[in-house]
Amino acid sequence: MTRHDWSSDVLDVFRSKLIRQIGTVPDAGLTRLLNLCSADNSIKVMTLTREDEGIGLVTGAWLGGERAALLMQSSGVGNVINALSLPAVCSAPCLMLVTMRGQWGEANGWQVPMGRATPTVLQAMGVTCYPVDRAEAVGDTVSAAADMAFHGGAAVAVLIDQRVIGAKTFDANGEGA
Amino acid sequence: MMARKDRFDRRKLVAHLLRDRGDALIVGGLGASTWDLAAAGLDNRNVYLWGGMGLACSIGLGLASAQPTRRVLVVTGDGEMMMGIGSLATIAAATPDNLAILVLDNQAFGETGRQAGLTAGPTDIAAMAKGAGFDRVMTATSAADLPSLEKLLYRTPGPAFAVARIALTDDPLVLPDNNGAVMAGRFRAALGLADRS
Repeated sequence: MTRHDWSSDVLDVFRSKLIRQIGTVPDAGLTRLLNLCSADNSIKVMTLTREDEGIGLVTGAWLGGERAALLMQSSGVGNVINALSLPAVCSAPCLMLVTMRGQWGEANGWQVPMGRATPTVLQAMGVTCYPVDRAEAVGDTVSAAADMAFHGGAAVAVLIDQRVIGAKTFDANGEGA
Repeated sequence: MMARKDRFDRRKLVAHLLRDRGDALIVGGLGASTWDLAAAGLDNRNVYLWGGMGLACSIGLGLASAQPTRRVLVVTGDGEMMMGIGSLATIAAATPDNLAILVLDNQAFGETGRQAGLTAGPTDIAAMAKGAGFDRVMTATSAADLPSLEKLLYRTPGPAFAVARIALTDDPLVLPDNNGAVMAGRFRAALGLADRS
């Protein structure tokens, strides 16, 4: 069975919703999507040092009339908490895609505390969370989240389940993190 | 306090620089930098930040990318810049040619009780900007530097970066509206943008 190519679906949504800027601290689960975005001339991908920069970036983009999104791993959600005040106070759209770790078959226990807390932390800051655990549903979910964010001036996070991206495997050499 | 010749008065410096702004969009960092902008005259083309410490330059990057034909200037303080210091690497890599950053460095956390800031020690923010990949960097300390400072901030291809050494002063509070949604709406309207999206 071939896996459904949810990354292509999301690129199509980004194109149709006129997303022009992507800020990211990369994650293995985002590799294909980030490659697709980087290859698209209408989308500018900017690599960040910390995820909270991305909240500033997407808010600045909106102030200037462009749509943007922040792509990150669930561990990065811990880095954006205070920054989420900015779109909240400004009623600015804030679209986030979060690939989950520490959630489903996680072999690295260090990922578990933040993975477990990710929806709680986001909701505590007023972010609407759309969890999605089937690859076929990711595109539609991102589309709905984008509409809610950009038409409603809301902060919305799509939480892409580890079942979609696959739990990271650690080989006998202990490779991977 | 005795005025030092190697330190600018922040209010006079910002007022002077804003007279030359043309159609530039300006982002003021939390908090004294934002008060300086307000003291120089309220303008809907300014983003006034009352929060989000460390994000001024990132907001500037998103704005500069969205408005490539407009000059974007970030005016912020040394503490705010240090909190978002990684954003300088992001900006250097993104190479927005219309973005300039001015750090008003009083070597202290002036808003919270004048505790010594990290730039009072060995830290050199201009050197950090160079290390992040900025090619066009200067440190301004006196009126003699003003022509080159104005040129760097407004007329040199970005990303450009300047530190201005300023005196630690007690300035009257001049506060812009603290309603972020109202501020953002005014800013977007000044750019001819709709309320939403």
